Amino acid sequence: MSELLLIGARIIDPEAGTDRLGSVMIRDGLIAEVLYGEPPAPGRVETIDCGGMCLAPGIIDIGVKVCEPGERHKESFRSAGDAAVAGGVTTMVIRPDTEPAIDSPETLEFVHRRAVDDSKANVLPMAALTKGRKGREMAEIGFLQDAGAVAFTDCDAVIENNKVFGRCLTYANALGALVMGHVQEPSLSNGAAATSGPLATKLGLPAVSPIAERIQLERDMAIVEATGARYHIDQISCAAALPALKRAKDAGLRVTAGASIHHLTLNEFDIEGYPTFFKVKPPLRGESDRVAVVTALADGLIDIVSSMHTPQDEESKRQPFEAAASGAVGLETLLPAAMQLVHAGMIDLPILWQKLSLNPARLLGLPAGRMAAGAPADLVLFDPDKPFVLDRETLRSKSKNTPFDGRRMQGRVLRCLVGGKQMFEGNS
Amino acid sequence: MAFSARHLLGIEQLSVPDIQSILDLADQYVDFNRKAHKHSDALAGLTQINMFFENSTRTQASFEIAGKRLGADVMSMAMGASSLSKGETLIDTALTLNAMNPDLLVVRHPHSGAVDLLAQKVKCAVLNAGDGRHEHPTQALLDALTIRRAKGRLHRLNVAICGDIAHSRVARSNIFLLGKMESRIRLVGPKTLMPAGIDQFGVEIYDDMAEGLKDVDVVMMLRLQKERMDGAFIPSEREYYHRWGLNAEKLSNAKDDAIVMHPGPMNRGVEIDGEIADDIRRSVIQEQVEMGVAVRMAAMDLLMRGRSVPQNKGVLV
Repeated sequence: MSELLLIGARIIDPEAGTDRLGSVMIRDGLIAEVLYGEPPAPGRVETIDCGGMCLAPGIIDIGVKVCEPGERHKESFRSAGDAAVAGGVTTMVIRPDTEPAIDSPETLEFVHRRAVDDSKANVLPMAALTKGRKGREMAEIGFLQDAGAVAFTDCDAVIENNKVFGRCLTYANALGALVMGHVQEPSLSNGAAATSGPLATKLGLPAVSPIAERIQLERDMAIVEATGARYHIDQISCAAALPALKRAKDAGLRVTAGASIHHLTLNEFDIEGYPTFFKVKPPLRGESDRVAVVTALADGLIDIVSSMHTPQDEESKRQPFEAAASGAVGLETLLPAAMQLVHAGMIDLPILWQKLSLNPARLLGLPAGRMAAGAPADLVLFDPDKPFVLDRETLRSKSKNTPFDGRRMQGRVLRCLVGGKQMFEGNS
Repeated sequence: MAFSARHLLGIEQLSVPDIQSILDLADQYVDFNRKAHKHSDALAGLTQINMFFENSTRTQASFEIAGKRLGADVMSMAMGASSLSKGETLIDTALTLNAMNPDLLVVRHPHSGAVDLLAQKVKCAVLNAGDGRHEHPTQALLDALTIRRAKGRLHRLNVAICGDIAHSRVARSNIFLLGKMESRIRLVGPKTLMPAGIDQFGVEIYDDMAEGLKDVDVVMMLRLQKERMDGAFIPSEREYYHRWGLNAEKLSNAKDDAIVMHPGPMNRGVEIDGEIADDIRRSVIQEQVEMGVAVRMAAMDLLMRGRSVPQNKGVLV
């Protein structure tokens, strides 16, 4: 029987919505007890004094790209796992948009083996909804589910054919499987590098209107309504999509929505001067869109915040903006970037942790994400205020394509526990 | 006077005195270019490399002549064929050339911002000869010189820029330049060829050609690329010509002494009637080509004056 006692922590409990001093007893990899008030007398149990720092459930990051199989030079399970625990992410829910796509039980088993061997953080794989993410033939959803796929998604490859998409949702729904979709209408969004408007016009970049997000969302909601499927929207990024999302939720559809940390903390003006590390998909939006999405997050319309961790090597980013690859790494910067919203007074810590941990856990039916007896001891201890300047060369990811390079940030992970075992300890 | 910036990447970064000093010097080069003997040593000993990642006979020739008349050692490379197809990144190409110690790179690239990117990676001066839909500064400067010589000023003029604004770097650079010089700009063309948010650039927008040209001093036509005529932006070539092609009737709405401009190459019978284009009383299209060489000489001269040019006495001395 292994025991560990964490005392003197500001315990962030997203379920109870509380933020107060207390202690946590960990036994055999699970939270055994959460105590508020006077800390228990230190006995022979190994004890860590948290010194008033924040202790919260580890982040469950939906939509992480680990570039295995296919592009291990960009990111491996080892490097992604190291980055994850250094960023307080205890579970990576990984994307199948690898090369080849994770669309068969065999590939999934390969991924599973690699992940168990190499990653310090838990790894839960998602699988492609259609073979090769081509939007034509259904993947073996049943077999993939048996092999451990927690959700099905073609990632940014939108299934354009409504019959195919409808059947995929119908079939997945019969198995109780969760489907995740990308809501960008392809005929509008393909090739776009920026959000249309005066800035994109000035920069001369191919651009897409936020209407593309609304159109795709409306279509998806119609098919979700028709099929009754469980559906998670990977990223909402603009105000134009919010009314349709609200209607769908009010109508009782089984829909949840996420937002990426980049769309919550950056805006289109960051692409002035063509820095390609700011090229993400969908493109960064205007400031009014950013504020609308943050507000929707605080109000509960948006359920989940994720990093949309997308490693890209130097070659694919050292290109003119419109030719450069999209995506940014985010595992290690998710927590400090999200703390920006807390420090700006836009959201409080327990609510933020619902988005980072509790809601993703509920969506996937995991016992994690809670500060309660019986939950796995996947925990992050962090200093919410610690200021630092991010240097991308210090990132543990193999790829260093972060938009936050050189930026002043606040919030550092001090310790990260996965299943009660300490997987990361930072310098305080 | 020397130029305030290290590179000439766009009109947006230029100050009004910058623009004026380029145009003033260009005026002198116009006279110089009309002489029988037209060779100076302003850029003697300096190496100019023209890198055109997008085909352009006219602009490339103009830069080549400008460099040669200033005494630079000029080399032109057709980049499209070589490195892009080999998968080399633009930055690698730039670093390779940088190692050959050029003094001036003249760059055209199909992607917006590519020239800015390249400029960040090399030690020498970079001159943007057109990047994607972003900027084409020397075109706007030669247009300004042409207008100034025809009208005697650049301020308080009514200038209509007509046609495919959305895909035009010429339009963007001209909007910046004429705006800085306090002229009134009208954009005339089909709504499908107006880029999003262009109304926030201090311009007036017209769909109707007759209305848009009413009492203007300058009519600037833009080229309509063939690939835009397939029905996606406009229904057909003939409907475009009917509604937005410049002919005598539409031009009669402009001031009697209004000049007609076109950056070339022209599509006669699409955006402009052939007779208007050739009418020497109205069209300054040929003069624009002439001004192009002078403006490029002036821009390169000023760009290189800022740096210490070693007196070349030969390597053996």
